[in-house]
Parts: sequence; structure tokens; C-alpha cells
Amino acid sequence: MSLAGFNRNPELSLGQKFLQVNWGLILLIAVLAAIGCVMLYSAADGSMTPWARRHALRFGGGLVLLLVVAMFDIRFWFRWSYPIYLAGLLLLVAVEVMGTIGMGAQRWIQVGPLTLQPSEVMKVAIVMALARYFHGLSEEDIVRPTKLIGPLVLVALPTVLVLKQPDLGTSLILIMVSGVLFFAAGVRLWKFGVVAALGAGAVPIAWQFLRDYQKQRVLTFLNPESDPLGAGYHILQSKIALGAGGMFGKGLLEGSQSHLNFLPEKQTDFIFTMLAEEFGLIGGVALLLLYAIVILYGFAIALRARNQYGRLLAIGLTANLFLYVFINIAMVMGLIPVVGVPLPLVSYGGTAMLAIMISFGLVISVYVHRDIRIPRRGLGEED
Amino acid sequence: MALLNEDHSRFKTFSRRAALLGGGKALLFGALAARLYYLQVVEADKYATLAEDNRISLRLLPPPRGRILDRFGQPLAANEQNYKVVLVAEQAKDVERTLDRLGQIIELKPGERERIMTEVRKKRAFVPVTVREYLDWKAVSRIEVNAPDLPGISIDVGQTRAYPYGAQMAHVLGYVAAVSEAELKDAEDPLLELPGFKIGKNGLEKEYDEKLRGTAGTSTIEVNAVGRTIRELKREEGTPGKDLVLTVDSQLQTYVQQRLSAEKSASVVLMDIATGGVLALGSVPSFDPNAFNLGISSAHWRNLLNDPLHPLTNKATAGLYNPGSTYKMVVALAALEAGIDPAQEVYCPGHYKLGNARFHCWKRYGHGKMDMHAAIKESCDVYFYDVSRKVGVDKIAEMSRRLGLGDETGLDLPGERGGTIPTKAWKRAQIGEPWQGGETLVTAIGQGFVLTSPLQLAVMTARIAGGHAVTPHFARDLQPRGDDGPKAQAVDAAQEVAAKRDPAAAAEAGPAARAGLFPKLDIPDAHLRLIRDAMDAVVNEQGGTAYGKRITRDGWAMAGKTGTSQVRRITMAERRQGVIDNEDLPWRRRDHGLYVAYAPVHAPRYAVAVVVEHGGGGSSAAAPIGRDVLTEAQRLDPLANDSPEQIAGAAPRGRS
Repeated sequence: MSLAGFNRNPELSLGQKFLQVNWGLILLIAVLAAIGCVMLYSAADGSMTPWARRHALRFGGGLVLLLVVAMFDIRFWFRWSYPIYLAGLLLLVAVEVMGTIGMGAQRWIQVGPLTLQPSEVMKVAIVMALARYFHGLSEEDIVRPTKLIGPLVLVALPTVLVLKQPDLGTSLILIMVSGVLFFAAGVRLWKFGVVAALGAGAVPIAWQFLRDYQKQRVLTFLNPESDPLGAGYHILQSKIALGAGGMFGKGLLEGSQSHLNFLPEKQTDFIFTMLAEEFGLIGGVALLLLYAIVILYGFAIALRARNQYGRLLAIGLTANLFLYVFINIAMVMGLIPVVGVPLPLVSYGGTAMLAIMISFGLVISVYVHRDIRIPRRGLGEED
Repeated sequence: MALLNEDHSRFKTFSRRAALLGGGKALLFGALAARLYYLQVVEADKYATLAEDNRISLRLLPPPRGRILDRFGQPLAANEQNYKVVLVAEQAKDVERTLDRLGQIIELKPGERERIMTEVRKKRAFVPVTVREYLDWKAVSRIEVNAPDLPGISIDVGQTRAYPYGAQMAHVLGYVAAVSEAELKDAEDPLLELPGFKIGKNGLEKEYDEKLRGTAGTSTIEVNAVGRTIRELKREEGTPGKDLVLTVDSQLQTYVQQRLSAEKSASVVLMDIATGGVLALGSVPSFDPNAFNLGISSAHWRNLLNDPLHPLTNKATAGLYNPGSTYKMVVALAALEAGIDPAQEVYCPGHYKLGNARFHCWKRYGHGKMDMHAAIKESCDVYFYDVSRKVGVDKIAEMSRRLGLGDETGLDLPGERGGTIPTKAWKRAQIGEPWQGGETLVTAIGQGFVLTSPLQLAVMTARIAGGHAVTPHFARDLQPRGDDGPKAQAVDAAQEVAAKRDPAAAAEAGPAARAGLFPKLDIPDAHLRLIRDAMDAVVNEQGGTAYGKRITRDGWAMAGKTGTSQVRRITMAERRQGVIDNEDLPWRRRDHGLYVAYAPVHAPRYAVAVVVEHGGGGSSAAAPIGRDVLTEAQRLDPLANDSPEQIAGAAPRGRS
């Protein structure tokens, strides 16, 4: 402890922490939510109800939650990583046991007045748990395959549970986010190769376990024009809307595809299509840039953190956001099959908003507590 | 220190990996942007078109069908308002209950109700379903009064074809009915694909269907994904069908049909000698064309089809009969052309011998000495047997053609049949046997192979009376709607008449005056005059076969020729016992009675042909009808009492 001064853990007061909050990032988030409000206003044919007003209110509530989460010490989150993961896992089990049927799959659970979607909780919790685990691995440990068994189990348990719901999209997101964390933590690249090869080999087997509607979605994706009024209808109509938008779009409230109901679920999954129809390529690319800047912020925060937990947390949650955005937009453009993934901060939806705001709360917490060091072997027992 | 070093190396790994991750994400976002560019800029046109296709729907607006008017502007076929009850399921909420309530106002049969429910289930909730059509005013007002209790029920007004004269005009006008599958297959006009659209199926409705139909308008509407109309973007009205003005006089036509109604099966053609315009065309029995329009029941249809009297057949144009003695004018004209002296007499002992065969005259004990005039007047068969042998059948056939017999006259009415005028070549080609001498004799009295329609006989009469090669027609003009009141019609009618008197002036007067348009017949006037004198004698001289049926009113007198067409062979045995009277035969075996005539005799205006199937002799069965029709035609002549100027200035005659 001779270098105690070097190893200082700057303890900040609440007021100081508040000043440390990354307000630029919050402004970007607010702009995205505002865009969401405008699009939801348009989706309701020029009305604040039923979506735009509630979206704004939820964002307000989410903002408060974000700040509260950000104020908690990073070490608190570090300590609670595994319990939160466990809680998420239990919720998934609970949904399996007593979840109500919604949208043809068991995804929702009633906790008092709240309708919770445990898979959304798990998307954050898995990042926390893996960050916690890899924080404790040294450079030498990372190379040992045996050390990877634990985190793989951490990933496999919720993935299987979510797959059973069945929610193919979310389970794939869980796998991909976990992959990002494995990658960022320094797992050797050839191991990814092995996993990828194994995964590819497993596709024919996994196909057997897919539900009919999931198979249909994949098949439809491969050839959407084959059935323009059936399963391929959504993708085709979405592409028509995008193409009809052109360079500058048709203008707010002028999108014929959206307003004449050719576009399905325009307030949730297909909101990007409506934006691109009404604001054109300019609007679409501008939104992509906004997300890119937010993601860059996440990277900057990760790189500035002085503890591995914070870095992994920030990079993982940022990856989460990226995956949402990419999957959603790629889906509406017909690049990947239709999976029910909302566009973060823009799509209408309570749980998704909650999850994303908590994620940003955690990222900002990483930023606020960027200088705190956490020993590799953990907290509590000062070594 | 170790911790710091360790963390430092971990950080190095992390930042390297983070940079890779960042690069990967940038690439993927780049891919998204590229895809967006591809969809929104490169393929924009394609998708813009598809979006418009999605959004825009074209609806056809059926144009109002043109009316059919008689020569005085009296509507013969018009469009009437068709009040129908329609049900919109989404407004009704509870369809069953609404129908229950509606059932208390207009009676709904169980089958009807079933059909409605099936349609409601099949169609989208906002699409109106027709509950009942052709409501009367009483029902409409009762539904309107109860409207608050009938959610989803509304009254819709469509158009339907109506024929105020019903069966009396059926053979002329035909009828409209729904488009059949076969017609739909090779239809170019998209109108035919409109559900419920009706087209002309027979008569003038069929002949002039395209002109009466008009062209469709279009309504460009914006629809949403389920097809609901959001708003109308553009509306282009179509061209309404043109009104068709006929040469027919509805009053004359009505008279003719009523005059024929006493007969089981008969037909009449009355035409204008100068213009060829058909003034009346009667055929009994007839049918009600309104039944077709409203959707004829299959039982009703079968009855009409299987009726032995063929009510659906227009016997005036499609009925073919032996012309009988009405054919004798043709033979006489052929003889005159062949150089036979009309004054040369032939002795009629009551029969004519050809080889071993005897050909009888209708007058058992003969006419005695006959010249041409007398032979026509008294309809002596032996005279024509004798003459026909000198002339030959081919020359008779040639004259027949010149007078419009044996071929379709070109009347603008579907279903006309040509008939037969035999020649030697015809028999060889059709029957494969050589012509026999006796057949010339049979032909000369209009029996045997000769088959003509009443229309052809009317044309023949008009040609003989007028000396011009008139052809018959119904359509006087196709007018744009609404520019032609009854008054203008009367003027036109007056012009037509005036045109006959002064063809040169008529040629300048316009299309209505067609008198000058027909070329003169290639028959010397002197020959025609001889024939006309003989026809005059048939009616107006004592001893003529129709003397008893003459018109006595001064200036209205007619000239004509009777005819009887044998339906059965009269055997030698029967002849010996005395030919059985027609009245004593069953109806089916009685002779057809024929009569052709024109009037007034010295300034011919009207030509008529009458055929009464199984009516017995032409003199007794057909001539009275011809007389009455010609009398009525002259009575109703717009110029009978007034000058053209007076007619033009006068209010239209009271017709309704």
C-alpha cells in the first residue's frame, strides 16, 4: 500500500457526482426520444394520443431512473451483479412457470401493477454478470479454456429459457451481446471460430426445435416476394414505404404507406420505416448518425474507465444498444428476418424504454465513477 | 504495482478489442446506410410506383345508357331510378337484429336472408351488401321513416332499364341483361366487368349496344390497406350513351301489336316507301322485356323457350314462309323483262298439264282467258305456270334479288334470316339434284323452295310502289342526349315527308332526308306501272281477290296482293273429293295467309306485309290486317291534315 496515493478511490459527494454526469449523452438520448415522440404523433395520424404523450411521460420517468442508477456507486453494481443476474434468471423461470400468454409466446410476467418482460431484464443482467466474471480473470486466466466454462453457463441458462418462451430474437441478442463481452475481455479469436463452426453445425439440429412461425419467418426472409400478401407482406410493404420515401421523404404525416395502414406495427417495430418514408434518406441517415454518436460515447466512456468491470459494462451495454438498432433497421430493410426488436428510444414500448434507460444509467455510472479502481479479486476483503 | 501492471495489460487488450468492435459496428452501420441509399435512391422509382399502386384505386363509373326514342321523341326504352336497400355491416353492429327489424317493414324470405348473411360474412365490413332491389315508393318511404331503428341500412339509387311499352316493343327493342361469361371473355370494354352491368342482348339494344352504352368514367380514389375508401382524388365523368332515335312510331307500333293480338302467331312490317324507315314491326306472341332486366326466373325462361308459338322469335325478320301469290308480281316483272306481251292471253281451264303431271289453279273450274293484269288481279295460277315456263326459273330468281327477296335486307336488327330463292345452280349445289321443269311452276306461284320473310315482302312492295331500291332501317339517327325534343322530331318527320316530294331539296336538307339516297330500280317504269295497276285492281276493282278489304276513304286507298302459302300437300284423292276448307283443319295444318300492300295508291307512302300463320287464305286472314294497318298509318300521318309548317309550330301531339 505504498502507492496508496496512486490507488486513491476518489469518493465523491452526491452533488459532485451530479456534476460528473455526462449531460451531452443525456441530451442525445433526449433528442432520440423526441424523434420517437414525433414519429408516434405521426403514427397516430397527427395525435398525441395514444402513443406520443405516454412515450414522453415514460421517457421522463426513465430519465429520473437513469439518474438514480447513475448516482449509485459502481462498486454497488459490482457487488450486486450476480444477485441481479440470479433475480433475472428466477424471473425467466417464473415466466416459464406462470407467465401469461401474449403474442403467441410466454414473455410477460405480472409483478404487482407492473407487467415485466424478464428477457429485457436479462439483457442488462447478463452484461453485468459477465462483466463481473471477466473482471476477475487475469490475462493468464483468459487463455485457459476451463475458465470459460463458467461464463458459458451464465450465457446458456438464460438463452435456453428465453428460447423456450419462445423468443428467437432475444436469445440471439443474448448470445451476441455475450459474444461481444467475451471478445472485449480478450478471449482468443480462434475460440470464436470454434464456437461459430459448432454453431453452424448445430443449425440443422436447431431448425428441428424452431416453431412453425419461426421457420416461416426465416423462409419468408429468404424470399419475401414469394408470398406478397402472406408472410412476406410486412417486409415488402416496408421496403415499398422506404423506397417511396426517396431522398427527402414525403413529409410529416404524408407517408401514404404508413397512414393508409399498409405498414404493420408502425408504432413499434416498423417505426424506422415510417421515419424514412416521411423524412427520406436524409432522415434515416441522420437517425443512424445519432445512434452512432451515442455508441461512440459508450466507447469513450468504456475506454476512460479505470476498472475492467466498468469497461466491460459500458462496452456490453453499448453493444446491446447497437444490436437493437442494427437488428431493427436491418429487419425493416429486408436484410434479416423479421424479429420483434424495437428501435431503442424511438419505438413505443414500456419495458424496452425502462431497460434502455437503466442501461444508460449504468453507463453513466461507469463514467461518473470512472476513476474508482476495483481489485481484480473483488471488493470487501481488502487485500 | 502488480495490480496496476496487470490492469494496464488488460486495458491494452481491451482497447485493442474495443477498437476492433468499433470498427465492426461502423462497418455494419455503413451497410445499413448503404442499404437505405439503395432502397431510397437507387430503387426509389420502383418503390414509389408500388406505393402509388397500393394507395390508388380506380373505380369505374358506369355512364347512363342512352334512351331509345320513337320518331316523335317518345321514350321506348329509358332509365328508371332503381331504389335498393343496402346494408353496411360495420354500421349495423348487430346484423341479425337489423334484419329482424327490416323484416317487419319489407318481407324477407328465408332464402333471401341466408344470401344476405353469406354476403355479409364474405365481404369486408364496410362494403355495402344489397338487400333488395326495385323497391316501390311506399317501401322506400317506410324504410326512410324507420331509419333510426335500422342502423347500417340505407337506400341507394341505381339505374335500371325500363320499357314502358313492354311486350309491344319487345321484338324491336330486345332487352338488356347481365353480361355472360362468354361475353366477358372477349370484352375489351372494362365496363362489362362491373358487377351488375347490363348490356343489350337482343334487338336494337344489342345492335346499337356500344353507342347506347357510352364510355365509362373513372373515379380515382385513395384506399387503405384493407381497401376502404379514404377520399376521392380525381373524378372523370364518362360519356353518357347516345340516344337512339327510331323511325318507329310508337302509336302505330302499339296499334299493330294490338291488331295482331287476336291471332295466335302472326307478323307485320310497315315501312316508309321513300325512306325505308320501319314504322312498325309486329310479331305475336311477344314477351315482356322488363322481365329480363329484373332477372328472369329460369322457369319463366324455359317457358318462353319451349313455347310452340316461339314468342322470342321475331317472325317479321326471322320467320320464313312461302310467299305464295304475293310472289306473282316478281314473276310478272321477270316476264315483262323477258319480252312477254302483257296483253297476250292464256286460257285457264283450272289446271295446267306438264307431261303427265297436272298443276292446279286455286280456282277449280278455271279463270278462262287471262292477260297479265287479270291474272294478278284474280291471282290465276295457270297464267303464271305458263309464263314461268317461257321465262325460266333463273330469270325469276334474278328479278327476286332485284326486289330484295331471298337475302338479308340489312335491317339494323339482329337475327334476320335470308330465306331462299331457288335457281338451277342452287338446287344442284344444295340438294344435289337437277332442276325439274315442274319446280319452275311451283316456284312461279311462290310455293316449293321459295322462302321469304315478311320484312323482305315489305321491301319488295316498297320497291315496286316507289321504284327505288329502298332498304329498311330502324335507326333514324344517333343523337347526343338532350338536344332533341319532340318538337324537333316532328320537324324531322315533316322533312322526311317533304323529302319524298322533292328529292333534290332533301339531299341538301341533311341526313334525315334519305329519300334521294336510294338508286332507282333497274326496272323500266312502264313495267312497274303495269304491276301497280294490277295491284290496284286486286283491291279496288270488282273481282279482285282483296276487293272486299279495300279502303274506301277518299285518297287513302291501297293497292295490294294476297297470298296463301300451303303448309300441306293436297293429294289427288282429296282434290277429287273436294279440297277441305281451312276452317275444318286443325290449326297446325291450315294455310298461312299473306298480304302485301301499299297506300295511298296514287302517291305511295306506306308499304306493308302481313303474314298470319295458319290463318287460312290471304284474302280472309291477312288482308283485313293490312287494310287496318295502312288506314291507321294514314290516320296518324303527321301531315295528314297539317302542313309541315303547322306541325313544326304546333305542340307535340298528346302522347303518353
